[in-house]
Amino acid sequence: MISAGIDIGAKTVKTVLLEDGKILGKGLVPAGLDTVASTKQTLKRALAAAGLTVEKVEGFMATGTGRKSCPFTDAEITEVGAAAKGINHVLESCRAVIDVGAEEGRAVRCDAKGKVIDFAFNEKCAAGAGTFAEGMARALEIPLEELGPLSLKARQAVPMNAQCAVFAESEVVTLIHNKTPREDIARAVLDAIASRIISMVRKVGFEKDVALIGGMALNPGFVESMKRGLEMDVHVPEDPEYIGALGAALAAAEQTT
Amino acid sequence: MADKAKYKTAPLKCWKKAKELRLKYYEDYAKAHERGGLRWAGGAWSFSAIPSGLGEDVWSLTSEPYAASIAFDKDFSLRCLEAAEKASYARDLCAYMRNYWGSIILNEYAFGGPFPKPDFIWQDHICCSHAKWYQVVSDLEGGIPHFCMDVSVGPYNEMAPHKIDYLVGQMHDGIEWLEETTGRIYDDDLLIEAVKNEFRTTSTWAEICSYNKHVPAPLDEKSMYSLYVLGTLNKHDRQVAEFYQELRDEVKERVEQGIAAIPNEQCRLMSDTQPPWGFLSIFRYMEEFGAISIGSLYTFGLIGIWEDKPDGSWGPRATPMQQGIDIKDRDQALRLYADWTLSKPEWQHFYSPHLKTEMMIRIAREWQLNGILLHYNRGCEGLSVGIAENRLGLIEAGFPVMAFEGNMGDEREFDEARVKVRFDTFMETLGLKKNGKS
Repeated sequence: MISAGIDIGAKTVKTVLLEDGKILGKGLVPAGLDTVASTKQTLKRALAAAGLTVEKVEGFMATGTGRKSCPFTDAEITEVGAAAKGINHVLESCRAVIDVGAEEGRAVRCDAKGKVIDFAFNEKCAAGAGTFAEGMARALEIPLEELGPLSLKARQAVPMNAQCAVFAESEVVTLIHNKTPREDIARAVLDAIASRIISMVRKVGFEKDVALIGGMALNPGFVESMKRGLEMDVHVPEDPEYIGALGAALAAAEQTT
Repeated sequence: MADKAKYKTAPLKCWKKAKELRLKYYEDYAKAHERGGLRWAGGAWSFSAIPSGLGEDVWSLTSEPYAASIAFDKDFSLRCLEAAEKASYARDLCAYMRNYWGSIILNEYAFGGPFPKPDFIWQDHICCSHAKWYQVVSDLEGGIPHFCMDVSVGPYNEMAPHKIDYLVGQMHDGIEWLEETTGRIYDDDLLIEAVKNEFRTTSTWAEICSYNKHVPAPLDEKSMYSLYVLGTLNKHDRQVAEFYQELRDEVKERVEQGIAAIPNEQCRLMSDTQPPWGFLSIFRYMEEFGAISIGSLYTFGLIGIWEDKPDGSWGPRATPMQQGIDIKDRDQALRLYADWTLSKPEWQHFYSPHLKTEMMIRIAREWQLNGILLHYNRGCEGLSVGIAENRLGLIEAGFPVMAFEGNMGDEREFDEARVKVRFDTFMETLGLKKNGKS
């Protein structure tokens, strides 16, 4: 059977079409202000990529912050459940998955079958979410995509002491005025985000293998910050921003069969 | 998972009476002066039986439940909190205290009319806020006589005669102070009766909570809040002692007849510390998943007095009367009262989070729980300190735990939508879906 998993996030909507555990097609569009329209659009893209029509899809499952607004189904799985299922499908050895998106970060400890054992959210502190990286890229006057590569050129670790995104931004401005090299500031920003995420990960507990998913996993500088902070390798699966949608598609398949 | 409605349910017969007793309590306090009586204010943790020796026309207003009543009314609470802040009291102080102060500053009583000024304050210090709470109340009201007992003698498992002496000495001093302050002659017979009532109330409440070990649970925690509150208001009162015995009989009957609190109990949870009073609907939200909160150390142990039973289980502490002790005089009454109150479970973890963890694990095992909800309650330092440590202990003992942030008395610090998302996730990890679907 063909199932669809739709992850309606704060910044993007992702769809994965799945048949017998194999991904047939994917689609990603910005969430925008009209998430229903964005969700329809992302499904359209995934169907086009798979060469399918919507009638072929037998089961839908929504996840993500906006899952309750999904126009195709009432069936839903939480972001935590979807992340655990999705990562288990692509990396069976994974026992801890860290999901850092635009709006919040999550740490999930799971077993060999992808069952959630414990979880933690950071849904309050902007300094531990992807949006903060976006804001700091703006402060450095570079596109977000360049923040990670720039940070990899850093020659020194510059501490950022502020715990709050607002104060951290003023700290970045101070660093800019102090003529601190921009690559060092970029690393400082990503190290600071990683530090907040890692304290949440340690609360949940982790063991090998650790995977990083969500939009921030696409930032190579952040991945390096996480590796340094955790003092271990961190796996980034292919298309890490689709893992939640994949987990939802797997849940849809389980529900339908 | 079982079918949606697998147990029969029925409303509590004595529910209306509980509501009436609570309302009467607040009315009695407000009308005390009209009746020529006295009003006193103090914490729900105070040795409230002692002022009863001043006469039968002495009524109290206990601070925490009064503040919780304010918190339940979100609009009034917000006005109280903002009034306290405007008067320069910091937002990170005890939320109960700020609601209470706000009610005085606005001169509005949550049950109608102006705030009824107490004649004296009778308090003890079990948490850091208690030490300052009534100093400010006294200042705001233009100076009210204030007696405060220090109860920091350590946990009950380290009890020693000199520690009891320390409390009893203060109680004797307090009685002299009450006589001097009010000009009344103290009646030891009234004290003895009040102390006996309190023994009955607090032991019976523990017995009521013990019935929730049964599957399905006869009571849910949201309903228990409306029942246990009487013990926080007037635990030394004969009517409350008798009401709890009536309630105990009804709960026992519910167990015998298999009457459940919720029809689809599939998952048994307990909460921790005071709930966010303005958002008790979260308990009903849990029930949509077939999950019931059967109580908490807070609900069981703030009022209930417990002891180890011969079979190793936790049960209601036998009262001195049940032990055949005849209370003959003031000193004996005070000694028994001090010992009894110091064994209160909810007092123990002020001394160590490990004591709380042990009690929580014990509840989780004896009440057959599937998981635990921890409230990182920013509104109460006293009961929240150590929760992160409790979490680790509970996880180590094998219980799934979900923590959420909130505030018992400041709605601005509780994000209902986010907490529900967290509940969704926790329920999912426990294998539960809404409306009892598996």
